[in-house]
Amino acid sequence: MSRANFLRMIVVLLLLALVLQPEWFAPIFAPFTPPGAAVIYDRTSLLSLSLSHLGIVALASVAAIVVAVLLAILVTRPQGKAFLPLSRTIANMGQTFPPVAVLALAVPMLGFGAGPTLVALFLYGILPIFENTMTGLSTLPPATMEAARGIGLSRWQRLLQVELPLALPLILTGVRLSVVIAIGTATIGSTVAAHTLGEVIIAGLLTNNTSYVLQGGLIVGLFAVLIYDALTQLEASIRKRLGVA
Amino acid sequence: MIEIDNITKVYDGRPAVDSVSMTIESATITAIVGTSGSGKSTLLRMVNRLVEPTSGQVRINGEPTAGLPKNALRRRIGYAIQGHGLFPHHTVARNIGAVPRLLGWDNDKIHTRVNELLDLFSMPPDEFRDRYPAELSGGQQQRVGVARALASRPDLLLMDEPFGALDPIIRTRAQTDLHRIQRTLGSTILLVTHDMEEAIQLGDQVAVMDQGQLVQHGTPAEIITNPATEFVAEMVGGVDRPLRLLSLLSVSQILEEGAAEGEPIDEKSSLREALSVCLWSGRNAVPVERNGNPIGRVTLEAIRSRAEGTHEPG
Repeated sequence: MSRANFLRMIVVLLLLALVLQPEWFAPIFAPFTPPGAAVIYDRTSLLSLSLSHLGIVALASVAAIVVAVLLAILVTRPQGKAFLPLSRTIANMGQTFPPVAVLALAVPMLGFGAGPTLVALFLYGILPIFENTMTGLSTLPPATMEAARGIGLSRWQRLLQVELPLALPLILTGVRLSVVIAIGTATIGSTVAAHTLGEVIIAGLLTNNTSYVLQGGLIVGLFAVLIYDALTQLEASIRKRLGVA
Repeated sequence: MIEIDNITKVYDGRPAVDSVSMTIESATITAIVGTSGSGKSTLLRMVNRLVEPTSGQVRINGEPTAGLPKNALRRRIGYAIQGHGLFPHHTVARNIGAVPRLLGWDNDKIHTRVNELLDLFSMPPDEFRDRYPAELSGGQQQRVGVARALASRPDLLLMDEPFGALDPIIRTRAQTDLHRIQRTLGSTILLVTHDMEEAIQLGDQVAVMDQGQLVQHGTPAEIITNPATEFVAEMVGGVDRPLRLLSLLSVSQILEEGAAEGEPIDEKSSLREALSVCLWSGRNAVPVERNGNPIGRVTLEAIRSRAEGTHEPG
């Protein structure tokens, strides 16, 4: 087993242990716990918090991918060029608007729970994917595009068989950035009662219990690292297949 | 037969191609030569309607191309370009089979056709089918590009500077290959190049373009011996003209009876090669052979008189 894979396995095992058997870590976290307080967060199962956290991230990311990629496809078509500045502005606004502000504004409309978090993550996730997809679709090798047209591929065939596959590595880079940001940002969703790992961190902050904060933070951090790594691997293997490594 | 009839393309009020007409006979190579900006690529791209003509018509076997759906038209016409334009994410086999797949051939037929073409280009199918373009050398990529253009047995093959990105040695080989393959398959080829040497070597007909106009269209020998304008003469290159003409003639055309000393040359060699051999080895005559058997000789005197023939007022 290569060194990198060995390290990967250790991190996966550590994460599984933190989520499934948190009590194993009681001796480590004990020094950070105020006297009389619980060392290990046990109000909800960490597994259920993790799954719900990842579920919210996945849902928001899928929506962001669909919207951002469609938008990027639209503005890179000759008929859609006019919409380029407008879509850029919208995507940028999504990114500039702090997620906390989105939460605050969305709660009155959507109520407490996962809804506002989904909206905030979705808006926040669009920009990196949109920008990267657009770059990918507008920097395709000119000779290949010329040949694709010249041998008689229709617009749709060019888009689906040539443009999107060739832009895929860049699109994935955007997705990776967006997903990793979303994993971290989802924690603040717990301030409006979304069921995420942020609950553990917030509980720790409210009761001055650093061991809760550490537990929640570590799990979120490890998820982010592993998912980042997995997406990087996927990207590299696709790049290799495309011969652009 | 391909007929280009009075075709014009105007960009911003300026004609890039100015009422050009020419006829391309089936199973021949026509090379369009010109400097950059002469409109040669635009002319080529109007044939498969990558550029829509402002006026005029192109007919393939009598059928006007304007009436056909663009993509259907392009699938009937092979297209090979500088820098090959292969799909980097598809294997060699999938690249070559691209047009047959668009035309809905069944998989067995595509498989057989791809193998046939790889064999034709001296690339063993077992070794090359499943490779990706990035794993090939420049010359191999270019051959796959041409194989892709030939895959569906098109009525016509358009080539836009197909050898432009190759280094000189590989380019010469690619030209020889193309010539051989064109003769084997009887393809009709319309090729654009900025290189007069290439046009003369490959073309059965050479068309010279200057500032959007077709200034001369004829056999390579006609272009060399009788350039229509100053520009054509300049393209042909004054000093090299006799040598260029000699390179078009084969030894068998001035073969004489008799023997000569030294290393023989093949009857298919050009007079330019024969001249070179004479000068290099200091001989006045060289023996000529066919399939390894001596059949006569060619003399320096005879070569000289052929080259002098080009000294017409031009």
